[in-house]
Amino acid sequence: MNDTAGSGGGVKLKIQGAAKNFGGVRAVSNVSADVQEGEIFAIIGPNGAGKTTLLNMISGFYHPDEGSIHFEGHDISTTGPSEIAALGIARTFQNIALFRGMTVLDNLMMGRHVLMKSGVLSSFLYWGPARREEVAHREKVEQIIEFLKLTDLRKTPSGALAYGLQKRVELGRALAAEPSLLLLDEPMAGMNQEEKEDMVRYVLDVNQEWGTTIALIEHDMGVVMDISDHVMVMDMGEKISQGTPDEVRADHRVIEAYLGSTDHKEVA
Amino acid sequence: MFHRESGYFKTTYQADMGLYPLPVARYAMVAIGAVLFILCPLLLDGYYLSIINLVAIAVVGAVGLNILVGFTGQISIGHAAFMSVGAYTAANLATKLDLPFWLTVPAGGAMAALIGILVGIPSLRIKGLYLAIATLAAQFIIEWIINHTPSISGGVAASIEMPRPVFFGKELANQAELYYFLMVIAVIAVVGALNLMRSRIGRSFIAIRDQEIAAEIIGINVFKTKLIAFGVSSFYAGVCGVMYTYYLGIANYENFQLITSVDYLAMVIIGGLGSILGSIFGAIFITMLPIVIRLLMESFGSIFIDDAALAQVIAQFRLIVFGGLIILFLVVEPDGLAKLWQNIRNYFRFWPFSY
Repeated sequence: MNDTAGSGGGVKLKIQGAAKNFGGVRAVSNVSADVQEGEIFAIIGPNGAGKTTLLNMISGFYHPDEGSIHFEGHDISTTGPSEIAALGIARTFQNIALFRGMTVLDNLMMGRHVLMKSGVLSSFLYWGPARREEVAHREKVEQIIEFLKLTDLRKTPSGALAYGLQKRVELGRALAAEPSLLLLDEPMAGMNQEEKEDMVRYVLDVNQEWGTTIALIEHDMGVVMDISDHVMVMDMGEKISQGTPDEVRADHRVIEAYLGSTDHKEVA
Repeated sequence: MFHRESGYFKTTYQADMGLYPLPVARYAMVAIGAVLFILCPLLLDGYYLSIINLVAIAVVGAVGLNILVGFTGQISIGHAAFMSVGAYTAANLATKLDLPFWLTVPAGGAMAALIGILVGIPSLRIKGLYLAIATLAAQFIIEWIINHTPSISGGVAASIEMPRPVFFGKELANQAELYYFLMVIAVIAVVGALNLMRSRIGRSFIAIRDQEIAAEIIGINVFKTKLIAFGVSSFYAGVCGVMYTYYLGIANYENFQLITSVDYLAMVIIGGLGSILGSIFGAIFITMLPIVIRLLMESFGSIFIDDAALAQVIAQFRLIVFGGLIILFLVVEPDGLAKLWQNIRNYFRFWPFSY
């Protein structure tokens, strides 16, 4: 992880002509994009535009049918999700996917799974290295718990928490892996104004203090336009626009995708 | 144990992560455990000790099955077969190679783990009911193979006489001596399971149970971890089988048939899925159930039924109660005895307030 904030410093993630089909449905076709080191990169678009499919390809859950994805110069097009996690990509899910039976603390400890090593036998004995490892990682996790203001909830089962808090715990679990690229799938969906503001603050802090590159999908245009360095717009599986928030806002193709073409507008 | 938690402040994470974070509780548990461990064989006669020994054996098997079913969320209806693998492995090693128990116990466990991992391989692709059927098939296949391979099963009756375990030249023959032998293994198994479930490997088991997809995205190799769960669980089953064989003095497949698998599943469900303590409660409960029923029926049964039919009725009655209890627990308290215990505990912890 680097300490420099803001954009600049090379390409973190390079997507080249990525495409994904599900049967006859072309979910993503020929999408290319560069995510710069240290930036906040937003992917927006109407429902069914292929945003989550793209994110699933980056995190290795799907593999692109065509094209390639490079992370820090490595080709990760065919790499499995667990190896991709080990390379330093973490993500959150659109529909919360916490380990509901576990406490908040254990969920975050789980996030550090890839950074830990102890095997069956040393865990069984819980002696020496395994014990030291647990305690050392606990210290890191506590920093994140403090950062996300979850201190009084650390021993609460995550399934018992309110929706907004669950979203925050999920962010914490992703952060616990100390990723260099963080993928957020609609981190503010379904939140009230206050929760949204908190979440934006956390996202900005992560980006600025830890220099983590962030790629996020979000429907709240106000948030996207405020915090992103670059925005990519997708519609019907294709990239229709990309640029700074101001450039995207002015692009007529984006307005068409969201509001329909100007010809029809008068009729409607 | 009941005690107050106020006034004790943890200052290190290590202290917070202990099995018994409160020193009072920890010392009390160790002290009570040690006293019981020493006093039991001195005060109780052979009959009661044999029941305790059976419980100790069942605890190991139930804890192992709970690791797979309760913690990892994979089902196995073939666990008794893994026990028989352990039992016959140990019996063959002990009779043919004269190996001592401290080699046959881990060897039986290891062999069972190997077979368990093999059976677990389909678990990546098949889930739930389908996995249940696959493990059920494993139960019958393993049973058949053992039964039809004289070099494993030792001949026509498919049973091998097991020599008594020998500890520094002393043969552990009576129930009191076996008690120490079996109880030590059970304690190691329980503490080991507790350790496993609070560290990296155990957490990844639970992660797979709760959210398989998220577990994979987070960096868990789901296939490998499921196989580890099958391996650990069958290792416990194997050790349980070896213990039972030493206890009985004979390895016989008839002790490890489908009904035994069901018994162990019942222990885990009634005790509490995903709870080590629950497995212990379940093991005690299911082991004691037929004994208590027989005792009650022998004492009071003759009031309702004439003596001639009583023996028949007792055998049937056990199955009825058994089935009824499983249904009752699934409906009323799906989290089992462990949850009941927790409720009682919390009541006293918060007393005199209700929350």
